[in-house]
Amino acid sequence: MPFLVLGIVTIAFLITTVTKGDPLTAIVAEQQMSNPEVVAAAKARWGLDRPLPERYMIYLGNLLSGDLGTSFITKRNVGTDILYRLPATLELVFAAMIFGTTLGIVLGVLAAYFRNSLIDHGARLFALFGSSLPVFWSGLGLLFIFSVMLNWLPGPGRVDARLALPLGITGFLTIDSLLAGDWTVFKDALWHLLLPAFVLGWTVSGTISRLVRANMLDVMSREFVLTARAKGASEFRVVIVHALRNTMVPTLTVIGYSFAYLITGAVLTETIFSWPGMGSYAVEAARALDFPAIIGVTIVGGLAFLVTNLITDILYVVANPRVRLS
Amino acid sequence: MSAQISSAPPGAVDKAGEREPLLSIRGLRVGFRRAGNQFEAVRGIDLDVAKGEVVGIVGESGSGKSVGMLAALGLTSKNAVVTGSVRFNGDELVGKPAREMRKIRGARIAMIFQDPLSSLNPVMTVGAQIAEAVRLHQRVTRKQAMARAVELLHLVAIPQPERRVNQYPHEFSGGMRQRAVIAMAVANDPDLLIADEPTTALDVTVQAQILSVLRSLQERLGLGLVLITHDLGVVAGHADRVAVVYSGRVVEQAGVSELFADPRHPYTRGLIASIPNLEESRERLFSIDGSPPALGRLPGGCAFHPRCIYAEARCRTEDPPLHDIGGRFSACHFATTLPPFHSAALAAASLDSGSVAP
Repeated sequence: MPFLVLGIVTIAFLITTVTKGDPLTAIVAEQQMSNPEVVAAAKARWGLDRPLPERYMIYLGNLLSGDLGTSFITKRNVGTDILYRLPATLELVFAAMIFGTTLGIVLGVLAAYFRNSLIDHGARLFALFGSSLPVFWSGLGLLFIFSVMLNWLPGPGRVDARLALPLGITGFLTIDSLLAGDWTVFKDALWHLLLPAFVLGWTVSGTISRLVRANMLDVMSREFVLTARAKGASEFRVVIVHALRNTMVPTLTVIGYSFAYLITGAVLTETIFSWPGMGSYAVEAARALDFPAIIGVTIVGGLAFLVTNLITDILYVVANPRVRLS
Repeated sequence: MSAQISSAPPGAVDKAGEREPLLSIRGLRVGFRRAGNQFEAVRGIDLDVAKGEVVGIVGESGSGKSVGMLAALGLTSKNAVVTGSVRFNGDELVGKPAREMRKIRGARIAMIFQDPLSSLNPVMTVGAQIAEAVRLHQRVTRKQAMARAVELLHLVAIPQPERRVNQYPHEFSGGMRQRAVIAMAVANDPDLLIADEPTTALDVTVQAQILSVLRSLQERLGLGLVLITHDLGVVAGHADRVAVVYSGRVVEQAGVSELFADPRHPYTRGLIASIPNLEESRERLFSIDGSPPALGRLPGGCAFHPRCIYAEARCRTEDPPLHDIGGRFSACHFATTLPPFHSAALAAASLDSGSVAP
């Protein structure tokens, strides 16, 4: 695990150095680029005049003390920027995963149980649209329908800008407002969260529902399902307690993977819904060749994968007693 | 259907002494619809099981013996069409609402299956699965159910039941798993236990242990036991009465000693003749020529006639009903006129005819 982290850091660092773009364009104003004094001063200020290995060692040293460097653009510490952005993304991703897994599992189970029925075909279509419709299409479409036409849900953004926000502990607006007992903010944040979370969850639910369906069909034909029926268990019990639990291992893999992916991969959704999260931060950083920010986002994304993989592995043991021995 | 009922064997009633049989199956048919085609896996099974009686059902794979018993319990898949009558303690089971069937399954009638490796849920402890069977039918606490599970594991002779109860199926050997499955089946003191090839997937030495566990439980609890098997040896050693099934029908039914001494259906004769025998040295084992007909493509007349060495013209057109031939039943036109049975002679005759026939 520590080696993996070091690897991520190193690769993220190296990638930025091999790109053709010159970070100076981000730092120095265009008309000043011809002024060698300004350029040299900027280079010295940001350490760009030093050789690559030295820069790498300095970066690693800073990283060890928790310093991710200073953003070229915001001139703030990247760590501070990320700490501000990450909770927004996590809140969105958690909500999306709640939508995605619930919808995916329920639809997968129903599709398998009522195989080749209208429910099965409907679930297949829903999954197909979910995983193949680009988010900028479904997101904009749903925004148009629910926000513009019906006016049921608020437009883009995390919360109404006119509201005074409670002091954050978790950075999750819904949880912070609940903790502060501020119902107005809670309701507003929840309504804002609903649509982007659904759009993002929809894409995930497609994969999960197909996977759950396939595994359920396999499990439902095993003899222990017949045994459970022969015991006198109800169909609900047979399906949920006996069959579904046996499909949880492959499902957990996909859930874990999707979760990690969404933390950095929610770019489009965050852009469309003006969500101030990691995805939009990454886009801004990339556009401006803001290398410290890019490396910071990459490291956080890599860590997200490592952490979710670890959690998934731990959950495997809970879901599957057969791995407990080894 | 009425013809089926009139031809039904009241054998069990005679044998068990004028009692209403525990289980009484009449004219049971199971059809399946698949991709527009309809075929019958079971084409009329008649069977009685008395309280405390062991009935063997013998037949080849695909003969419909398992499907018939599954259908009796309402466990066939959704596309199955079940007709006929299955009475349990005088109560009609065919067409009974699912909710009421659930109260009978696992409580009054239990069923165990062939493969102990896959008939236990791999992600639940053995104890939890037995306790589940208890709690589905009895109002007891979780704790009491677990205590009962330990007791049941002890009953089927699993050593250290207190420790074993918290283990998962993969920590059990094949024979122990089948014992656990049996423990689960008898958890609610059922009246009838249907065992579908309970020993087929097990080693020979373990087979004998499992059968003795089943038999001792059957005797101790006074269970009616239906042993579905393709192993005549199992039937000979354990059953009181035997029903032989061929392509979805009972072709012969008799007491176990009668059946082996004097089989009255050519198919039964073929089965018995193909048992390896240590006393008579033969170069080749006897086997019945041909293979069972595919479902939905049955020959006309008697389903067995293309493979039968006694077949005559009549057999090709007329399907013989299962009829009483003096306290036992056979579905052969020549049930009473077949020559005396001698397995070695039959084998020899067949091998001769086999070498002559083109």
